[in-house]
Amino acid sequence: MSTGFHIVVCGGIVPDPLQTLEPVSTPAGPGLKNEMMLPAILDPWASHALFEAAHLAKGAPGSKVWLVSLGPKAKLQQVMMSVAQKAPFELVVCDGPAGGFTESAEVAGALAAAIEAIPGLDKTKLLLFGGWQSASRGTGTTMQMVGERLGVTEQFQGVDRLTVGADGSLEIMERVEGGAYQVSVCQGPPAVLGWATGELPEPPNNPQVGMQNMRLIMPALQKARPAKVGADGVTFAAVELPKQRRETRIVKDTPAEDIAREIVAWIGG
Amino acid sequence: MEKILFLAHTEADGSLSRACLEALSAAKTLAEGLGAGFDAALFGADVAAAANAVAGCGAGTFFCVSGQAFAQARYATDAAAITALCQAAGAAIVVCADDSRLSRAVPGAAHRLDGRVDAHVTALAAKDGAAFVQRWHYRQRMYAEVTRTQRPWFVTVSGGVFPAYDGAPGQATVQAVAVAEVATRTTVKAILAPAADEQTIRPDAALLFVAGAGWTKKQADGQPHTPEAAELILGFTTKAQASLGSSKSLVDMSGEGQTVLPFLTHLHQVGQTGATPRHPKGLATCCHGEEPHVVGWRFIGERRAVNLDANCGWAQGKCDVLYVADAFAVMRLVNAMIG
Ligand SMILES: Cc1cc2nc3c(=O)[nH]c(=O)nc-3n(C[C@H](O)[C@H](O)[C@H](O)COP(=O)(O)OP(=O)(O)OC[C@H]3O[C@@H](n4cnc5c(N)ncnc54)[C@H](O)[C@@H]3O)c2cc1C
Repeated sequence: MSTGFHIVVCGGIVPDPLQTLEPVSTPAGPGLKNEMMLPAILDPWASHALFEAAHLAKGAPGSKVWLVSLGPKAKLQQVMMSVAQKAPFELVVCDGPAGGFTESAEVAGALAAAIEAIPGLDKTKLLLFGGWQSASRGTGTTMQMVGERLGVTEQFQGVDRLTVGADGSLEIMERVEGGAYQVSVCQGPPAVLGWATGELPEPPNNPQVGMQNMRLIMPALQKARPAKVGADGVTFAAVELPKQRRETRIVKDTPAEDIAREIVAWIGG
Repeated sequence: MEKILFLAHTEADGSLSRACLEALSAAKTLAEGLGAGFDAALFGADVAAAANAVAGCGAGTFFCVSGQAFAQARYATDAAAITALCQAAGAAIVVCADDSRLSRAVPGAAHRLDGRVDAHVTALAAKDGAAFVQRWHYRQRMYAEVTRTQRPWFVTVSGGVFPAYDGAPGQATVQAVAVAEVATRTTVKAILAPAADEQTIRPDAALLFVAGAGWTKKQADGQPHTPEAAELILGFTTKAQASLGSSKSLVDMSGEGQTVLPFLTHLHQVGQTGATPRHPKGLATCCHGEEPHVVGWRFIGERRAVNLDANCGWAQGKCDVLYVADAFAVMRLVNAMIG
């Protein structure tokens, strides 16, 4: 009797993880050197949430997926060129900073306001997806606060699997300590799911889906509402890079026996 | 004077986990640094035994929520319990572990109390009469020292940063806190944990052993040797009681249905989109040591790697010793030596 889900995926953008990052201080607080120039990607765990959302929507007729993203409009436009090829969605944009030094409570406020304003969103069908942690701020606190603001108090974090039962119930597997999972059953939407890696590989690019998405992405970017987010009340006394270079001793042209002996001694020592 | 509150939940057996006992040391350290006292707040099925077990910690009052509804980790009930406890205690700074249960529910409670959260902090101390936390940004690439004005301020502390509290038990002064009935549509069904003999993620192990994609690649004879790789990896982690980690490339292969190492899942993945475990030592094998992998090694003390390639990422100052060698040959011998 499923009439489908309204799946809203919250996903920010982050610097490509292969880039070298360096903190700098700006009048608005800490930031990254050349932040606007760094190539960006959709936050990885949020990407998994998007792939899971698209997969779920495909199997539940009547479903719809929105991607709600807070970031500088120009950067979002770049990132969407590739994300749009992966899965069908409608984009909702909050035009504001995407950095890792903003406050999750403020970000949650902006995201919740944008979600509230989505025309035709049925909260009784709402599945609010996102990554369980961002690759920028990395606190794992935003999704809970967005959920609270929208009145959704069935919440799950570190989700790797969602199975919809014949009765519309949601069976959810969340990561807990020591490589174990907690399995819960929620009677149905609305619910918040902060995804870990999930179970789906990254979908291949689909240019047709990309074209379809782009038709809605450009107007969404034009309609972007400015979002003023920062880190009110927070003082950053210092932001530093760790002293990470080690003096690596390279052992080569050495018999495997000697290496093995050295490793065994090291482990035991 | 800031009111400091140590917050914890009990385990299924009524005890406090190691992570929670570490957070207790963190709260105590902060209170001492600020010259303040602190209270404790516990929730779970029945928290009396846990309160008594740490009665000597120096906490003033133990605010307690007990009941079957709080036996299991579930957002709606946990967030309600935490909110009620913090209100009853009038807490300004709340210190707790960053385990899965508290990480799930604390941000919701913070929202209800118009508070803020600093999660996964790796240092917490008083400086000139103010509390400061240290936390990492951009997946452990840089760290910040932070203080803030908003209260309540929730601080979730990463494991392994503070020693676990280890004081004498006693009789705690307990104050029961009532929680209004919570409407929830969620039932916790089970915990799926690997059987003890299949357990390969061992958070308390002295050594992290990381397997990279090289274990499944064609070797000098032009063939892959995946079954032997499986035997060597599991043989070593079992004998050495090491915790098993993996690179993303290796676990992604199993997701894509290639013949790989069946005991590896995304839970083993270390790095940017994986775990950042904490172990005194780490040994990487057949893993290239690219930056998105190595950020997950931030909290690994001594690091060694075995790789055929003398120019792999590990050689770039990312480990202490790089053995340029065939990991199959080396680990075969290591396994034989540790017998
Ligand atoms: C958004 C994003 C997120 C990412 N997140 C992560 C993450 O969380 N974790 C992660 O690990 N990666 C992550 N990566 C991927 C990362 O950049 C690398 O691609 C990955 O770590 C490579 O895995 P590997 O070293 O096992 O494989 P490879 O790069 O294939 O290296 C295999 C290595 O094995 C060695 N080898 C082969 N045979 C032998 C032998 N017999 N003896 C010794 N050595 C041998 C080779 O010399 C080689 O160095 C991410 C990438 C992106 C873009």
